[in-house]
Amino acid sequence: MMIITLNGEKKEVPESISITGLLELLKIQHQQVAVELNMEIVRKDKFDVMVIHEGDSLEVVSFMAGGR
Amino acid sequence: MADDRLIIAGIEFQSRLWVGTGKYKDFAETKKAIEVSGTDVVTVSVRRVNIIDKSKENLLDYIDPKKYKILPNTAGCYTAKDAIRTAMLAAEAGITKLVKLEVIGDDKTLFPDNEATLEAAKVLVKEGLIVLPYTSDDPIMAKKLVDIGCPAVMPLAAPIGSGLGIRNPYNIRIIMEMVKVPIIVDAGVGTASDVALAMELGCDAVLLNTAIAGAKDPIAMAEAMKYGVLGGRLAFKAGRIPKKLYATASSPLDGMIGN
Repeated sequence: MMIITLNGEKKEVPESISITGLLELLKIQHQQVAVELNMEIVRKDKFDVMVIHEGDSLEVVSFMAGGR
Repeated sequence: MADDRLIIAGIEFQSRLWVGTGKYKDFAETKKAIEVSGTDVVTVSVRRVNIIDKSKENLLDYIDPKKYKILPNTAGCYTAKDAIRTAMLAAEAGITKLVKLEVIGDDKTLFPDNEATLEAAKVLVKEGLIVLPYTSDDPIMAKKLVDIGCPAVMPLAAPIGSGLGIRNPYNIRIIMEMVKVPIIVDAGVGTASDVALAMELGCDAVLLNTAIAGAKDPIAMAEAMKYGVLGGRLAFKAGRIPKKLYATASSPLDGMIGN
């Protein structure tokens, strides 16, 4: 296992997990999310191949209620 | 008014009333208000997915992106950098290239930081996004935003959530004369007459949230806003009579008894 920062919180996840693997682990639907890995946006077609490493920082965002 | 279409960057909008999704009691009320308003454009914020509590419902389970045009916004961003980052993430989420760009300059008034908005808009337009910027009711600012490639501008009527209505209709008119892109009044309207006034001025659409969500009966207010927009737009197209100081009789004077 390894520690990453996920949406600002420390989180323990399996080593060498892909972004797709992480989203599945967290039961997050892929369709309407966007992901930043260490401040760089990851394109959706790279979710399967992009591997997360110890200490990485991820942001997983989606659309929420809000006017402005 | 079947042919009275609003088109921005090649996208056709059915409704001239655009609504936000914040401040409702729950998603069921959000959905109902949006349905009753007759809109086809809903704005949403871009936020971290709740990792801890996945039992929370998803807004897009209620607001079908196939039925509504989703307009992500950069609400809550105070710097050009944060707004750019948020807008790029929204685009990457893959529903739309539209973004309602807002960079807030002050948390008491929520007035836009125009300088930062322009800076962010330049970057996002270059990245291929369809940037609809929230701006103060400043004609020069509107022109600058259009000059760098924004296909519409969204001047405020009054401070966000204030319900004060259009504070400076003359500036809104000057903006309309100065730029030849759609003008969407964004923020500060309070009730149906405010949206009617925006439409009577010739604005192309109105975006609001609090005026519906914060009303005692949001569903009824959603309906009122729908008719406010329709009435105002029809009145604009019909061409109102000029204002005059003195009366003009509307009954003929011929045939009066006693003549």
